[in-house]
Amino acid sequence: MRLLSQTTRRLAGGLSRHRRRKLAGPAVLLIALMLTGGLFALFSPAQAETKKANDADDVAAGRALFLVGCSSCHGANGEGIATKRGNNYGPPLVGVGAAAVDFQVGTGRMPLAGPTVQAPRKKVSYTKEEIQQLGAYVQSLGPGPAVPESEEYDPNEGDVSRGGAIFRTNCTACHNFAGAGGALPGGKYAPKLTDVSSKHIFEALLTGPQQMPVFSNDVLTPADKRDVISYLRQNDDAPKYGGFSMGTLGPVSEGMFAWLVGIGVLVGFAVWIAAHTARAKKAVKGGQQ
Amino acid sequence: MTDLENRPDSGVVRHEPEEPIADPGLPPHELRPTDVDEKAERRAERQVAGMFLLSAVFTVLFCVSYFVFAIGDDPTMVLGLGASNVALGFCLGMALLLIGVGAIQWARKLMGDEEIVEMRHPARSSDEDREEAVASLTEGVEQSGIGRRPLIRNTLLLSTGLLGVPAIIALRDLGPLPGDKLYHTVWRKWMRVVQDVTGTPIKPEDLQVGQLVNAQPDVFYRPFNPKDSDGDDLTAAQAEARGEEPLEVPEGVELQQEKAKAATIVVRMEPSDITPSKGREDWGIDGILAYSKICTHVGCPISLWEQQTHHLLCPCHQSTFDLADNGKVIFGPANRALPQLPLMVDPDGYLVAQSDYTEPVGPSFWERG
Repeated sequence: MRLLSQTTRRLAGGLSRHRRRKLAGPAVLLIALMLTGGLFALFSPAQAETKKANDADDVAAGRALFLVGCSSCHGANGEGIATKRGNNYGPPLVGVGAAAVDFQVGTGRMPLAGPTVQAPRKKVSYTKEEIQQLGAYVQSLGPGPAVPESEEYDPNEGDVSRGGAIFRTNCTACHNFAGAGGALPGGKYAPKLTDVSSKHIFEALLTGPQQMPVFSNDVLTPADKRDVISYLRQNDDAPKYGGFSMGTLGPVSEGMFAWLVGIGVLVGFAVWIAAHTARAKKAVKGGQQ
Repeated sequence: MTDLENRPDSGVVRHEPEEPIADPGLPPHELRPTDVDEKAERRAERQVAGMFLLSAVFTVLFCVSYFVFAIGDDPTMVLGLGASNVALGFCLGMALLLIGVGAIQWARKLMGDEEIVEMRHPARSSDEDREEAVASLTEGVEQSGIGRRPLIRNTLLLSTGLLGVPAIIALRDLGPLPGDKLYHTVWRKWMRVVQDVTGTPIKPEDLQVGQLVNAQPDVFYRPFNPKDSDGDDLTAAQAEARGEEPLEVPEGVELQQEKAKAATIVVRMEPSDITPSKGREDWGIDGILAYSKICTHVGCPISLWEQQTHHLLCPCHQSTFDLADNGKVIFGPANRALPQLPLMVDPDGYLVAQSDYTEPVGPSFWERG
């Protein structure tokens, strides 16, 4: 107790000593000015305008990129192009949002190399900045889901076991119990999830690319989505304690292994057992027989 | 002619013509290197013994690795695999394999390999044996007097025949008859449609076109209070006056059974894509429809929904249902359309059921045909 009161007295003394110094007044003034200036800069309309101007720049740059790379299928204003039969040549992009652009272009699915039943994942053709500009342009066509913030899909924050329950109910039907993907009718497929970034998984859930249904934030909340991502990441990192997983495709790959390798080895042994042994041309040992 | 007579040494005169190609008989026996060369023989002996010894070593290694490698939460790993599993499997496998390989090597190199012909013998017993068997059976029947004493015979028949009854009675242990359980689920009017696992209630505006929700009735998460005709909760007194009780959240086996029947998928499509059949025009809200999640073929849960084609595919046997066309079967072994759950909105704006499913969900059963 005595020690405490001594320290406080010493500290207070120190402060008051500094306050009396010559430079103390100007220093306080300087700090106050900087604070005011900083606050003003934060809230001033000028700053907001710069941000808007930046956005406008992004939209303009995105539109330029869009006209070159995307408009041949999606139309010059992202309105989509319909075929004679009424199907989509390229779907309209009004309202799909920046998240859809970030997923489709960020995983290389767009631009599409040719008309196929499903856009395959391939090498990404645009830089991060260009993808952001394209997203800004598409977002300007009509409000849609924005690119999620990094804390929304941080796998370290989620509840793994809850995510597992959500995953098994909603995702395993198409994407397999271990996220290894699976086949759909007509040559379509659900891609594997093991090497997809957390952000892209979040965006896919949010926007429902291609045949995948939408899982909107109002029903499957961002926290639910983060739990699913945590479960998937945990699954990726889990040691293969039981042995080779063979793609975790279940009976298909395991049965194939048993038929080809297992029965193949058994056939090899059968051939060895039944094969003729080498015969000697030499004389009989010891003269008998 | 019997096989016996066909034996070359049977002495029976052959009546058949000469075979078109003469039986060349067995080729002359040739000796193996191990038969003539003592060095080779000893080498083969050492090989076989070596394999048996190595097998013993692997068995010992199996026992050692059982104790050495850690399992459980922090297992010893080797090449990304559990060391214990790898070592146990490899050692036991090698121990068994080496015994087998050693035995085959032994047979191939060292055991006698003279070719031997063993003739097949007739399967029929001799006539004397057959007569003797029939005679002793007849004698037994005669001595027991079963033909002369109908009282004993009939009571024996009765007692053994009745033994079948306990077997039939015991079938009752398979459980009570299902009654009308298969015709109903826990869904009822005003019960909210909530997302499975999280129990989130759903408003129509929460759903986007192309959205899928794996849903369950709200009663699995919260008790269900009786409602009045406008969908508002009844007070306890009102409910009692009407003779209705709140539904409690089921637990354990009951919960699992009810969940298995009540599982539902809610989807939203463009309203212009949907072609409701007669009487189902008001079963959806702005393109939001709900169907049973249980396949009508053999009852697998299905949620492989393609949002662009509106097709729902069952992963078990590839039955495909068109959800824009009343759940009609368009491919696969399923015989019935997927049952649809009529939807409406309650006073708070949440999706609720108009009623239970109007037909039994899941696969066909005996009474349903």
